[in-house]
Amino acid sequence: MSPASIALNRFGYGFSTRDGAPNDPRRFLLRQFDAFDPAPAAIAARLDTRAKTGEMLELLRRLRQDTRAMTAMEQAGAPAMADTAAEGMTRQEARAAALDGLPPEYREKLIDARRVLADDIGVRVNTTLASPAPMVERLVHFWSNHFSVSVGKPGTQFEAGPHEFTAIRPYVLGRFSDMLKAAVLHPAMLIYLDQFQSIGPNAPFAQRRALRGGDQQRPRGLNENLAREVLELHTLGVGGGYAQADVTELARALTGWTVPGIGRVGRFAQNQPSGAAFVALVHEPGVRSVLGRSYPAGEAKQALAILDDLAAHPATARHIATKFARHFAGDTPPPALVARLEADFLRSGGDLASLTRTLIDAPEAWAQGPVKFRTPFEWLVASLRLTGTEALPAQRIVGALTQLGQAPWRAPSPAGYDDLAASWAGPDALIRRVELAERIARNAPQDGVIARAEAAFPGALGEATLTQLKRAESGQQALALLLVSPEMMRR
Amino acid sequence: MTTSLDRRSLLAGSLVLGAGSLALPRIAFAQGAGSRNLLFVLLRGAADGLAMLAPVGDPGFEALRGASLADYENAPRIGSFFAIHPALAEIAKSAQAGEALFVHAAATAYRERSHFDGQNLIETGGTAPYATKDGWLNRLAVLMNEGAPAPLRALAIAQAVPLALRGSAPVSNYAPSALPQASEDLLARVSQLYAADSELGPLWSRALETKAMAGDDTMRNLNDARAAGELAASLMRDAGGARIGMIELGGWDTHANQRGAFARSARQLDALLAAYKAGMGAGWADTMVVVATEFGRTAKLNGTGGTDHGTASAALVMGGAVRGGRVVADWPGLAEAQLYEGRDLAPTTALESVLAGAVAEHLRLDPVRAMAQLFPGRDAAPLSGIVRG
Repeated sequence: MSPASIALNRFGYGFSTRDGAPNDPRRFLLRQFDAFDPAPAAIAARLDTRAKTGEMLELLRRLRQDTRAMTAMEQAGAPAMADTAAEGMTRQEARAAALDGLPPEYREKLIDARRVLADDIGVRVNTTLASPAPMVERLVHFWSNHFSVSVGKPGTQFEAGPHEFTAIRPYVLGRFSDMLKAAVLHPAMLIYLDQFQSIGPNAPFAQRRALRGGDQQRPRGLNENLAREVLELHTLGVGGGYAQADVTELARALTGWTVPGIGRVGRFAQNQPSGAAFVALVHEPGVRSVLGRSYPAGEAKQALAILDDLAAHPATARHIATKFARHFAGDTPPPALVARLEADFLRSGGDLASLTRTLIDAPEAWAQGPVKFRTPFEWLVASLRLTGTEALPAQRIVGALTQLGQAPWRAPSPAGYDDLAASWAGPDALIRRVELAERIARNAPQDGVIARAEAAFPGALGEATLTQLKRAESGQQALALLLVSPEMMRR
Repeated sequence: MTTSLDRRSLLAGSLVLGAGSLALPRIAFAQGAGSRNLLFVLLRGAADGLAMLAPVGDPGFEALRGASLADYENAPRIGSFFAIHPALAEIAKSAQAGEALFVHAAATAYRERSHFDGQNLIETGGTAPYATKDGWLNRLAVLMNEGAPAPLRALAIAQAVPLALRGSAPVSNYAPSALPQASEDLLARVSQLYAADSELGPLWSRALETKAMAGDDTMRNLNDARAAGELAASLMRDAGGARIGMIELGGWDTHANQRGAFARSARQLDALLAAYKAGMGAGWADTMVVVATEFGRTAKLNGTGGTDHGTASAALVMGGAVRGGRVVADWPGLAEAQLYEGRDLAPTTALESVLAGAVAEHLRLDPVRAMAQLFPGRDAAPLSGIVRG
């Protein structure tokens, strides 16, 4: 690949006629730092749905015994699609059956949740298509996946979009510690990893409840899910030198961080900048010790102090540097690049703009390659940009991404979607891309395909692809072939 | 068809194990698996074990499930104690032929009642949700690939590779696409486009092969269970086919009107397995099917004729070499005091032991090592005596 092609494809979301040619590839990328808009109109105009989250969690709480509602809530997370032919009927029937028999208020809430989720997915993709800073959009999606939440968990549907829009986007060129606090303590994450119902065993609320003889309907106590994932996935990483005791201590410090508008303790909630609420009544009192450092009692601030230290930990620098390098420079990232990024992260105190500049400056990131197989999301966005698509209806976007196997905010685990070719370069995936490419090509302008191919992969268009494009029987077929060419599949 | 309750085989199995692992060195690890096939069927949504295999001989059953008792009047029996749901007619035939074995009152280590977490656990094989990042079936493939000249083919018949099959061993997946089929001309041109590409070329050949093996695909999805079973067999029966397969079935979350809903899902499972067995032909002798679900359902019917999320359920092991026609269970009883938390069938057998024991015996792996790799951190020993010796 030529440097110009690397700037477009490895760092960004591929070529779009609007962006022009990257004559100076490094400057082409650095300029995007200024061009990036953390809150473009579609995101800024998104209505606040936070109240709906509280209502939904309250519905779930009231229906704890009636697990039918739980199921319906879980199924409501499944992406809604206008193109019914593109969806399994069984799933739809199951969803319909789950909705049947629910009181209207619940049903309406579920339908509302599905619509909001589909709209947010549409906003994510259309924002990327229109963005003057595709490389920074890639950073958004990288970090969103690092702090992965899944709408498979009931109650998260209204929050998954806002999690990315408000806890990730504003920080991708800011400080890691700020993003960490915003993302981990956002309602979406607090719900997804069960933090919102974690209660300190010695918290005033638990003590009072024990006196009353307990309440079977209420969540039981400390939940370590979020604390474990913060250490293992978000900061230090596996083998980052923490022990189970650190997980438990962090979990204790996190008690009290919950979601606004729920429960009997809700009226004691203090709203937090992340969108979360802090309820001192359920916070475990006392001094905490994490990784050998002591944290005085400090209610909401205790967890913030621990997160700040975790963000600055050398193991975190190593973990982040490795993932960042893997995303841009290959499944097995060059050790020299990891070392550069790690050193920069430590020196700058987790300044993510500096980290990105270091990546752009690193010779390893410009290896001739290609070094990565495009994920389904990357491939779809690059295809839409290449065909000049400016915006698509949300339902079509959701349908396409679902068929490709990478609907946003639906990764199978808190580790996020895999960032490895092995997970995506499958036979079935190739067939689906070919099928979708033919469909996209049918609805796109089909003229000048060869010129577009040369602009998309400047100095990097292979002879085999060029030959096939020239032989194609129509502009439409040539465009479909270009969309599935080896040059499009990898970056 | 032997005894109604084969508690002894369960207990004996665990007693023999210490000696068994010493007696097993003749089985070289991961060797001789040859062309043995394993299909794992995950019933998503918590299938009701008490409906699948009704303990009609338990005096507590009528009180809990009186409303559905009539369903089992003429249902096939295993001994006098258990009746197989009438919608599972083909599975019952396999049981009568001695090729299908039920394990009852089995559950994973999970004791909460969320599908989301329960499925995470039965797929990862971990002891806590999200504690383990890869799937136990993938770790099984890793074991099988040790020292093998080439990695075996592991295939999910699903649109995305399920968590159980995710991990470091290479896996593939296939599902009929709802997208309009690409034109033959485009497919042929893509073959030329990828011909010289060392990564895409082989992947594309496999894709076309799988597509061809799957036959002329009139399916848009995997909703026709019989067709899905045939598809699974077509992808596994040939020498070059997949050795480990996985398929998922939904529709088990029967919170209301369970009689109809369960029968519908059971018919799907029955049709899928019958079609798969028929499709495997002579290969059935070397094939094992393991069917499991994330957890069971409440013992008592609820106010809407359904059941809610519970704990223990039943599992099914089928295959040409399975020592079937039996139920393996340490039956906990259905009296109120015997129910888990006063509401669920109590778990007396670790589902992990069933899964590890079944696949280890079938694939000629050291069961102790298989247990340790697939389901680390468990006290329970792998179940033995599943395959005819």
